[in-house]
Amino acid sequence: MSKEFIKGNEAIAEAAVRAGCRFFAGYPITPQNDIPEYLSKRLFEVGGNFIQGESEVASVNMVFGVAATGIRSMTSSSGPGLALKAEGISNLAGARVPSVVVNVARGGPAIGTILTAQQDYLSATKAPAPGGFKCFVLAPATVQEAADLVYEAFDIADKYRTPVYVLADGMTGNMMEVVELPPMRELSELPSKDDWRVNKLEQDGNFRSISSYSPTAEGLQEMNEASEAMYQQWDKEEQRWEAFMMDDAEYVVTGYGSSGRIAKSAVKELRAQGIKAGLIRPITLVPFPKDAFDQIDYGRIKEIFVAEMSIPAQYADDVRWATKSKLEIISVLTSGGVILETEAIVDAVKERV
Amino acid sequence: MNVVYGSPSFTSEVMGTGYCPGCGHGTVHKLLAEVVEELSVREKTVLCYPIGCAGLGGGWTNLNTLSCAHGRAGAVATAVKKTNQDNVIIAYQGDGDLAAIGMAETMHAANRGENITVIFINNTNFGMTGGQMAPTTLIGQKATTSPDGRDLERHGAPFKMAELIAKLEAPKFVGRYAVHDAKNAIKTKAAIKKGLQMQLDKKGYSFIEVLSVCPTNWKKNPLDSAKYIDEVVSKTYPLGVYKDVE
Repeated sequence: MSKEFIKGNEAIAEAAVRAGCRFFAGYPITPQNDIPEYLSKRLFEVGGNFIQGESEVASVNMVFGVAATGIRSMTSSSGPGLALKAEGISNLAGARVPSVVVNVARGGPAIGTILTAQQDYLSATKAPAPGGFKCFVLAPATVQEAADLVYEAFDIADKYRTPVYVLADGMTGNMMEVVELPPMRELSELPSKDDWRVNKLEQDGNFRSISSYSPTAEGLQEMNEASEAMYQQWDKEEQRWEAFMMDDAEYVVTGYGSSGRIAKSAVKELRAQGIKAGLIRPITLVPFPKDAFDQIDYGRIKEIFVAEMSIPAQYADDVRWATKSKLEIISVLTSGGVILETEAIVDAVKERV
Repeated sequence: MNVVYGSPSFTSEVMGTGYCPGCGHGTVHKLLAEVVEELSVREKTVLCYPIGCAGLGGGWTNLNTLSCAHGRAGAVATAVKKTNQDNVIIAYQGDGDLAAIGMAETMHAANRGENITVIFINNTNFGMTGGQMAPTTLIGQKATTSPDGRDLERHGAPFKMAELIAKLEAPKFVGRYAVHDAKNAIKTKAAIKKGLQMQLDKKGYSFIEVLSVCPTNWKKNPLDSAKYIDEVVSKTYPLGVYKDVE
């Protein structure tokens, strides 16, 4: 397999094509513009389609329509654009339309900054839109992982008939790294959608409807119960995280995405200085990898250092919940485009040693 | 027995619809179902339904249905057609959906000239939510959010969608029709059939505006509502073909 020196956003786009994505709709917003730019040429080379939507709203709804016909489809954006796509994402989740939504996150609130940040944790994991639903959320920390997770996101989307939300950030999207890109999937290998896609009648001749609502209250409750059963299955089977140097750790650092990567550097630095630090880095944010935190030796460890590029802290709330408030939370935060320094985490830990 | 008239063979078993008595939606559904049957395209038809009264309508035509978020049927239909060129794609929308919240999607879908058929039900108000002012509400017409009647200075003029769409370069067939009497319903059916046939022939975008009655929110009985179309509504919204470059 060949290695390429490639920018994160382009790796995301190429990985999607290799996963069998044949439709993309999106709207320009920094720092994710390389994704639509790349796909506006690449998708036509493989017989796919690309539309630059008239808005973020139109784009996500285009993905809704095409994905409902069984074609692997993706949209991407950044913070403010994700807010505009929110109702569409809700529709994808409610109508159980498999699809991939990428957020190359930037700083907020609102228009905020085009610089990298992690201020969309809560909106990605808790409430992308009204109505109470979840997306499956993946958080890559490197360009390699971004390519791998986007590639896999399409399989997860099909397996569960759900939107998969890839929460990357401006740092991962815009840096270049050496990446081994995944192999090109043949469309004929992909799972058949004939049993549900909207442009095929039922075998008995009846029509199909893809909708996030039901004509009856009981019908909608049943739909929501089915989704809840899926979320519970994710919790049981799909939690994923990286644990590093945790076996004898006395100090735990945790972060996701780019902060997780920086936190890992801090753990290596602390170990070099003889301090027994360890790392928990969630790879799935939904389902939240709470099992990773259940495995902490609470007899030995008394505090946890939470690194994230968000003020106020967001991810820290889930850490507090997952550790059942047994540990003191020490947040190491930046925001608004300020990239977290390894030394800030190292210093925070050393203050407690 | 010789059947000289009947329902399309595939309209829903639940005959009749959930629409208010006298409403025009049911008539348009029936005409659409007849056209789909006459053209033998049921297997490849996807209806992109709106939010609003017609959001109830998917099941009543027994056609494959995508229920679109409010205003987004134009975008959904565009993308589904682009990726499924052999399918017949219909965006069916009311005036709140198409001309208010979905105006951007409507205009861009038309401007791209996607090979789809848009059926626009203009009943001059937001029906489902109880009769609020729509972009199409007539000057002087009372609505629950324009209790003194639509006022040009306060609210602006009604949007004339067929005229607007016809001004764009890409659309191929644009017309305004009505369904308040048999003569007009027959013309509407012919227009819908023309639009769908154009899709099959890959001739491009068609926009069919249909003036429809809303007896409940107009607070008129069905007969007076029909008269209101003839005497008032069609004066602001003249019936006819606005563009035909087939």
